Amino acid sequence: MADVPLDRVAETATTEVEDLSLHHPHSWLTRYVFSQDAKTISIQYTVTALVIGFIALFLSWLMRLQLGFPGTFAFIDAAAYYQLITMHGMMMIVYVLTAVLLGGFGNYLIPLMVGARDMVFPYANMLSYWFYLLAVVILLASFFAPGGPTGAGWTLYPPQAILSGTPGQESGIILMLVSLIVFIAGFTMGGLNYVVTVLQGRTRGMTLMRMPLTVWGIFTASVMALLAFPALFVASVMMLFDKLFGTSFFMPSLIELGTRLDYGGGSPILFQHLFWFFGHPEVYIVALPAFGIVSDLIATHARRNIFGYRMMVWAILAIGALSFVVWAHHMYVSGMNPWFGFFFATTTLIIAVPTAIKVYNWILTLWRGDIHLTVPMLFALGFIVTFVNGGLSGLFLGNVVVDVPLSDTMFVVAHFHMVMGIAPVLVIFGAIYHWYPKVTGRMMNEALGKLHFWITFLGTYAIFFPMHYLGLLGVPRRYHEMGEASFFPASAQMLNAYITVLALIVGAAQLLFLFNLIWSIRHGREAGGNPWRATSLEWQTPETPPPHGNWGKEQPAVYRWAYDYNVPGVAQDFIPQNMPPEAVPLGARPASGGMS
Amino acid sequence: MDTAFTEHRTREPESGLATIVTDFSADQRAFRNVSWGKAMMWIFLLSDTFIFGTFLIGYMTARMSTAEPWPNASEVFALEIAGQHLPLILIAIMTFVLISSSGTMAMAVNYGYRRQRRPTAALLVVTALLGAAFVGMQAFEWTKLISEGVRPWGNPWGAAQFGSAFFMITGFHGTHVTIGVIFLLIVARKVIRGDFDHGRPGFFTGRKGRYEAVEIMGLYWHFVDLVWVFIFAFFYLW
Repeated sequence: MADVPLDRVAETATTEVEDLSLHHPHSWLTRYVFSQDAKTISIQYTVTALVIGFIALFLSWLMRLQLGFPGTFAFIDAAAYYQLITMHGMMMIVYVLTAVLLGGFGNYLIPLMVGARDMVFPYANMLSYWFYLLAVVILLASFFAPGGPTGAGWTLYPPQAILSGTPGQESGIILMLVSLIVFIAGFTMGGLNYVVTVLQGRTRGMTLMRMPLTVWGIFTASVMALLAFPALFVASVMMLFDKLFGTSFFMPSLIELGTRLDYGGGSPILFQHLFWFFGHPEVYIVALPAFGIVSDLIATHARRNIFGYRMMVWAILAIGALSFVVWAHHMYVSGMNPWFGFFFATTTLIIAVPTAIKVYNWILTLWRGDIHLTVPMLFALGFIVTFVNGGLSGLFLGNVVVDVPLSDTMFVVAHFHMVMGIAPVLVIFGAIYHWYPKVTGRMMNEALGKLHFWITFLGTYAIFFPMHYLGLLGVPRRYHEMGEASFFPASAQMLNAYITVLALIVGAAQLLFLFNLIWSIRHGREAGGNPWRATSLEWQTPETPPPHGNWGKEQPAVYRWAYDYNVPGVAQDFIPQNMPPEAVPLGARPASGGMS
Repeated sequence: MDTAFTEHRTREPESGLATIVTDFSADQRAFRNVSWGKAMMWIFLLSDTFIFGTFLIGYMTARMSTAEPWPNASEVFALEIAGQHLPLILIAIMTFVLISSSGTMAMAVNYGYRRQRRPTAALLVVTALLGAAFVGMQAFEWTKLISEGVRPWGNPWGAAQFGSAFFMITGFHGTHVTIGVIFLLIVARKVIRGDFDHGRPGFFTGRKGRYEAVEIMGLYWHFVDLVWVFIFAFFYLW
């Protein structure tokens, strides 16, 4: 924060590696394809993930078509439905959300926001993207493999995941596991970069407690990912052994079609433990960068310093640590010792405390702020509301006695999509609208952006809110039709049809965003270097978009935290982090210190 | 931030946790005298610890959940040498070789910091040879077990998970050792060629190397040794 004494500045050398050793590109190929510039890598990550995101969105359309109008589309049979659900889930969580928030935003924002010239290991950073792309190609290849992609459910629970009867058990499941292993190897190379850059690669004056919360969120999430992905890695290797070599890590003795299989003695619950030891931190690997980004969007567009910065940092760290001891709340109905349920319910509910601190601090930041309802701000506000709603239903599901009847119903789908689907996606949109001017030098179209926001925000509410009701009725998830369960009122099916229609509309509305994204590259309004009048370092680069090396001749020195908005007695309503104290313009300022 | 920014607030003397936070969050580097490469290796090893830890936990769970008896490791890994029946003898030699290689590695690091090219490179090569000997003995062990009918999916003496866990864990560790041997030889070549004296840029990264690379290599090598100690304790001795 602003009160760290300045004499710490300029103690150590600016960089460990001289500028000349940055690998400057010489050809088109090394500049745009095999680039070692974190900013280019970020764009590669983001574009790839957006493509996967649209594919996964399309898969969800097909699922909704079947649920809304069962039997109308003959090609979506039960097997195809399971394949859709599996691929939609895995793609969205691992290959879209993780990739965009860490690989995309992490690569762009970390070096710029901490004042570094690049990530500390640009070569490994480049490899990270190419591993990610390879993982994506392997995953997509399963659509064309014999038997199609795996239909094991996105959690890939054994034993059914590798047994006949599960679609895609011929080769889809193998490709899925191999793809995950490659993804984790690639992520490790990127994640080490993000962590070491934040810890050891900051510019002069940039203490950890002066970093924007975006960097804190991405940093903590990267540390968590480095510790959580190993469990998924090991689980994938072991299941691959079960499938390919006939080992029985996860496979109990079982009879299939009247034949006793060679498996025996393994523990399916072990897989669930390993999967969720990764899977629950993964929720926060996605959420923490979103928390950080939202804090910065709110502070910038409400022209106020973030309320309780230190508490925000501690809350991020506390959530990160706690999320490693809650995983078995996904397994209340798996047949665990009841005492485990008690323990994990307690830890789960404790996470609500730091999370609530964050939400209160966002609200208090907005309180009496100079709120500008720009597109990024709308998305940030939409995130808070959605996240609170999704989080509250999480408190329901965290309690064993409430979870048991609601488990495997649409209530879980509703909770999960609100808190981990829509909420981070709103942040991703908001962040893209916010940082697009830095990446391209032009603004995205505001009218289109607002239209996109309102359709997405209201539409997703209209889609997922009624699902809570369906869940309370007992409508199961992962069923490709409700079947002959006559106890559902007829209105349940009507509601399903209504949700489907809305899902088609909201999904199609994302083309507005895609159009805006592409159209604005050439036709957007010129943005200038700092269109939002923001304080953090990425807006103070000498050139926009920043060239390789970011800072021209000299790296910036930092004199304050990232939230000096509307400081009394200063002539402008924001003070950039790198503005020396003697350069700050003093004097009165017009009462409405808004953006011109 | 209602304090005027032109003057600097001096803080009350801090105590306890607050001093740790201030030190840690200090300017530019959280770990003062740690280079980027070394920090990366430590964090990578932390992540790798989770991988090996999960492998071992998975093995222990499988061992507990299987209903079949677990084969007696002392007998399985016994050798007949000169008419003597010696339980675990090969594993004992392998462990001795690998731990010794940690010693030569540490000496290599020492000579590296004295910038003595020849002894550094020689000790790195010795370390690599010891590592290669370890992998060779592991290959011998695998061959012996396979010839006795041990497979990932079953073995003559009891629980199938014995073979599964054995091949998976020693295989994963052996891969680590093999990668280590390759990189030891690469670093040794860089040392003897004088790359670290002349600051010759790396082939892939374009970065100038320093003798610290020997120490970072050592961190990895000692880690691989340490992991072996745990595998030895949990798989062979239990």
